[in-house]
Amino acid sequence: MSSILEVSGISVSFDGFRAINNLSFSIGPAELRAIIGPNGAGKSTFMDIVTGKTRPDEGTVTFGERSLNCLRMSEAQIARAGIGRKFQRPTVFEDQTVTENLTLALKASRNPLRVLGWRRKLIDAERIAALAAQVGLADQLARKSGELSHGQKQWLEIGMLLAQEPRVLLVDEPAAGMTLAEREQTTAMLVDMAKTRAVVVVEHDMEFIRRLNCKVTVLHEGSVLAEGSLDHVTMNPAVIDVYLGRG
Amino acid sequence: MKQGILARNPSVLIFLALLALFTLIVTFGSEAYGAGFVSTSFVKTLGKTLCLCLAALAMDLIWGYAGILSLGHMAFFALGGYLIGMWLMYARTEEIVVAALAQDALPATAEEIRQGIATQIFGVVGSSDLPLVWSFAYSLPIQLALVILVPGLLALIFGWLAFRARVTGVYLSILTQAMTLALALYLFQNDSGLRGNNGLSGLQNLPGLGDVGQDQLSVWFFWTSALALAGAYIVLSGVVGGKFGSVIRAIRDDEARVRFLGYSVESYKLFIFTLTAVICAIAGVLYYPQAGIINPAELAPIASIYLAVWVAIGGRGRLYGAVIGAAFVSLMSSLFTGGRVPAIDLGILRIDWVDWWQVLLGVVFVLVTLFAPKGIGGLFDLALHRRSPDRKGAPLGPEDGSLQEKEALE
Ligand SMILES: Nc1ncnc2c1ncn2[C@@H]1O[C@H](COP(=O)(O)OP(=O)(O)O)[C@@H](O)[C@H]1O
Ligand SMILES: [Mg+2]
Repeated sequence: MSSILEVSGISVSFDGFRAINNLSFSIGPAELRAIIGPNGAGKSTFMDIVTGKTRPDEGTVTFGERSLNCLRMSEAQIARAGIGRKFQRPTVFEDQTVTENLTLALKASRNPLRVLGWRRKLIDAERIAALAAQVGLADQLARKSGELSHGQKQWLEIGMLLAQEPRVLLVDEPAAGMTLAEREQTTAMLVDMAKTRAVVVVEHDMEFIRRLNCKVTVLHEGSVLAEGSLDHVTMNPAVIDVYLGRG
Repeated sequence: MKQGILARNPSVLIFLALLALFTLIVTFGSEAYGAGFVSTSFVKTLGKTLCLCLAALAMDLIWGYAGILSLGHMAFFALGGYLIGMWLMYARTEEIVVAALAQDALPATAEEIRQGIATQIFGVVGSSDLPLVWSFAYSLPIQLALVILVPGLLALIFGWLAFRARVTGVYLSILTQAMTLALALYLFQNDSGLRGNNGLSGLQNLPGLGDVGQDQLSVWFFWTSALALAGAYIVLSGVVGGKFGSVIRAIRDDEARVRFLGYSVESYKLFIFTLTAVICAIAGVLYYPQAGIINPAELAPIASIYLAVWVAIGGRGRLYGAVIGAAFVSLMSSLFTGGRVPAIDLGILRIDWVDWWQVLLGVVFVLVTLFAPKGIGGLFDLALHRRSPDRKGAPLGPEDGSLQEKEALE
């Protein structure tokens, strides 16, 4: 299977501390993958590198059929190319309404002049309404997103990710701060999204990972410790030693 | 579903109506066109105030909406003034020189006229050559184009360097101050070609309109300033009201997040920086013919800080707030520094407002920043019962959304 995102041999150091150490990772165009690992393993840093926020000291990151070199692109270019990201804590624009937040994320030209001339057409309004309905915010469209509950903000952020129509989705701890029912709904949604695109989920919660029912990559001290099904990795002695053993 | 800007945004309509009413009152009170209860010099003060309001609109766009605290925008304002001042001075001097040479027996050559103009303008700095920067001063259309091009290009280059290097926050403010200071120091030099600290003068006389009195001219400029302010208000409310406004407010609140949505934050900042620089330059073009004189002191860094103070006092992040702030503070300022407010004698201390006005303004600025961050504009929220929660300065974190505070009460 050809992969849509190919990360090979990346390393990065912060003040001499190797946060990522010769890490390689790849994911297919319609695949769900979970990344687990103890705190400080480098999961968020890995996402930072893929999305262009942090530059690795060595290694390559390529994306798509045409093997775009992500290391040569800015954060905005990478996002436009089709890599979407959800942060650990919800980061929606609190001073703006749900509609405005979704409009910002909606797939459309990002050129300042085109944005200046942008007018909301019926089709955009329908798309926004559909997205809001999908994430359960249909009756919150006119509210400022700062007024939403923590879980609702997580949902809004997922809605914004969907609006971007990315081909690779990086999701950092999506279930944090969600109720049990919301978690179940999130799992279903992630599984569903992975039918048409690559989805990488970073999560702590084992129950959550189990429900995702997908291949798992275990990170430890900046490199891959084990990879395979959840049962496979949880039986790996090295994994038990560094991660589950503490748990 | 289509609605005009005016229907979507009733505050624009109210603003335009008030501005029109104000213009009518001034016109019918002027010495040239009305009862004469508004003196010509006061018409000029009001016209200049409108230009300052225009600059404040630009400041609100870049600071209030995009969150970039530029402390250099009055440099673009002064630059606009210099560029139009060059044409005004050149063309006016040309009239005088031609009239003087007409007394001679032989008709004057073009070279003689040029020489005469140069001597007239640059005698004060001991030179009689026309500097290179005056190459196009003879032509109004070219000089008007330069009014847009020079400040626009300067802003573009400066902004490109600063934003590309991701300079933000206080560092950017300091950098803009440094730019302003450098420009002012350059202009102070006699060999900068702009008459050093003498600056340009006699700008109130419009070439070709020698027989139109200042009483009339002042009203014409007032009208033009009002028109420019109205136009800018309409255009800018369109800019901040749509998706573009949403993007720049998002950049103000969390620029990293905006990048991950695929927007090139730097391009947006550069666009706004350049656009507001040009608006400031246009405001300067209208301001200085009413002031009559411009010198390098006009682009002292403090001028740009004042601009920020006006917007803060008026209420940033809303266009009418900027206009109210600029009008209110600059009119109060000319009242207090004009020596018309009686001094307060405290025995040991005599508060003479000409000197103490700055102190008062500083104190008000601090108080507004601490206790009324929404400025005067916040009063409208009070009147409309639009309340925002008191977060005690805490950021809008995930757990303190405003309605949650309300929910907690209920
Ligand atoms: N910008 C940075 N500067 C210095 N150290 C960093 C930086 N970003 C991450 N680190 C360090 O790198 C390690 C990995 O962090 P992170 O990727 O956030 O871990 P995880 O998300 O797996 O918990 C941690 O030890 C963290 O302290
Ligand atoms: Mg993390």
